[in-house]
Amino acid sequence: MKRYVIVGNGVAAAACVEGIRSRDRDGSIIVISAETHPVYCRPLISYYLEGKTSPDKMDYRPADFYKKNGCRVLYGTKAVGMDPAEKTLSLNSGETLSYDALCVAAGSAPFIPPFKGLDTVRNQYTFMTFDDALALERATETPKDVLIVGAGLIGLKCAEGLYGRAKSITVCDLSNRVLSSILDEDGAKTVQAHLEKHGLRFLLGNTAERFERNTAFMKNGETVPFDVLVLAVGVKPNVALVKDAGASVGRGVAVNEHMQTSLPDVYAAGDCAEGKDISCDTRRVLAIMPNAYLQGHAAGVNMAGGDETFDNAVPMNAIGFFGLHLMTAGSYTGEISEEKTPQGSKKFFTENGLLKGFILIGETQRAGLYTSLIRNKTPLADVDFELLRQTATAAAFPTGTRANMFGGVV
Amino acid sequence: MKRIYVKEEWCLGCHLCEYNCAFANSGKNNMAIALKDKPIFPRIHVEGKDRITFAVSCRHCVDPLCVKSCIAGAISKKDGVVVIDKQKCVGCFTCVLVCPYGALAPDESGVMQKCELCLQNACGEPACVAGCPNRAIVYEEMEATE
Repeated sequence: MKRYVIVGNGVAAAACVEGIRSRDRDGSIIVISAETHPVYCRPLISYYLEGKTSPDKMDYRPADFYKKNGCRVLYGTKAVGMDPAEKTLSLNSGETLSYDALCVAAGSAPFIPPFKGLDTVRNQYTFMTFDDALALERATETPKDVLIVGAGLIGLKCAEGLYGRAKSITVCDLSNRVLSSILDEDGAKTVQAHLEKHGLRFLLGNTAERFERNTAFMKNGETVPFDVLVLAVGVKPNVALVKDAGASVGRGVAVNEHMQTSLPDVYAAGDCAEGKDISCDTRRVLAIMPNAYLQGHAAGVNMAGGDETFDNAVPMNAIGFFGLHLMTAGSYTGEISEEKTPQGSKKFFTENGLLKGFILIGETQRAGLYTSLIRNKTPLADVDFELLRQTATAAAFPTGTRANMFGGVV
Repeated sequence: MKRIYVKEEWCLGCHLCEYNCAFANSGKNNMAIALKDKPIFPRIHVEGKDRITFAVSCRHCVDPLCVKSCIAGAISKKDGVVVIDKQKCVGCFTCVLVCPYGALAPDESGVMQKCELCLQNACGEPACVAGCPNRAIVYEEMEATE
């Protein structure tokens, strides 16, 4: 009987369990969970603050998930060391586990720059976990002035979540635009204006130089008083465990298309893993939920002796703020073409006859057709791209392709 | 399992499937009361260009990307049918971003909806198929490599 160990208990870990069980019903699975919750939908923590979901609906899987899959979950436990030669893992509880196959799905942690005076701030929070959301909920039981450092996905989703609970929200970022990881300048301007209409205040190209209790002293000389400080500068993949064991590590744990690390029988998946982004042929950490699942599942299948590759990862994000939906995918290289409609805009990036990336703002209908063009590297010569740019429709595909899509089992 | 298949060479582009779908999922027993003078939000829609038209609805993929991508754990596969738990959906649109068929769209409240083969409504089998005047949409068992 094979012994499987999974470090982490997020979506990549759950997918790994499902991957293992699709091949092996008998092996033992131990899940090491630093958090004390069963696997939940991490991106929903902002929706929780907003009142759009509740803890019972945030579970990623039904309550009997671990039992049905024969998993032992060690809650509140961390893996503190591993010996890849002996294939053992040591836990902070003092216990040592042996594994035949290990998956590291340890996620990431907030990156907190060494701000001067940060230790004098009493009400400071990060926004990564359900417990973070609960803490912020308590901190904003009465309306507060909130300062969020970081105008990325986490910072802005946090802002939206706190919107109805805060007296004021100010967001600052060293970058001169919002969502700089997924938007170009034009897109960022549109989204910023939309957020400002809802009362969010932005200090961009600007950041806190130091803090003194409830005041931030900004780079441009401005002072920002606040009751609640949220640090959403960025995240860093949790790589220490495997790095110390000698695995090849870049920004994340390096994995191949089978999710194998450089250590024998050690796999990695999710926000801590660094695989290939095929839209730019570069190794990257793609900390997004679809990837977490796809990587975790592939890892699980392969750990159990199967053969599943995940070799078409691209960055992609669907995110909305106050009713404005954005979708982005791929890399923003090559030729740009743009379609503007009354509802919004669609920007496409093409290179060497392939769709490389897109930014859709307010115009998101059937965007999966675009995503699949990137992921499948479909030659644009084979489709009516002129039509596709205007409308995402399979009418732009050849008849035979359509016959397979809608007339066959897919 | 039985799935919906579309034969575009038979599609008249009449959009009746859209109305039958919206009616079947309305919970009402009179089509006029259910649909008259209201925008409809069907789970199947007709696309086309020039003289080609065809209906698009969920393919109930063997390996559905939407299920793997849903950030709310709201989409799952039950007995081969891809279903969505509308209570869990937060309307993030990730499924729209990944579905290669364009088969998901929000309902009037912004919550995502999709074809569930009319197995959960009073029809019991796809209303779009039953009402297609030219048999351009069929519901049948097909050999698959599942």
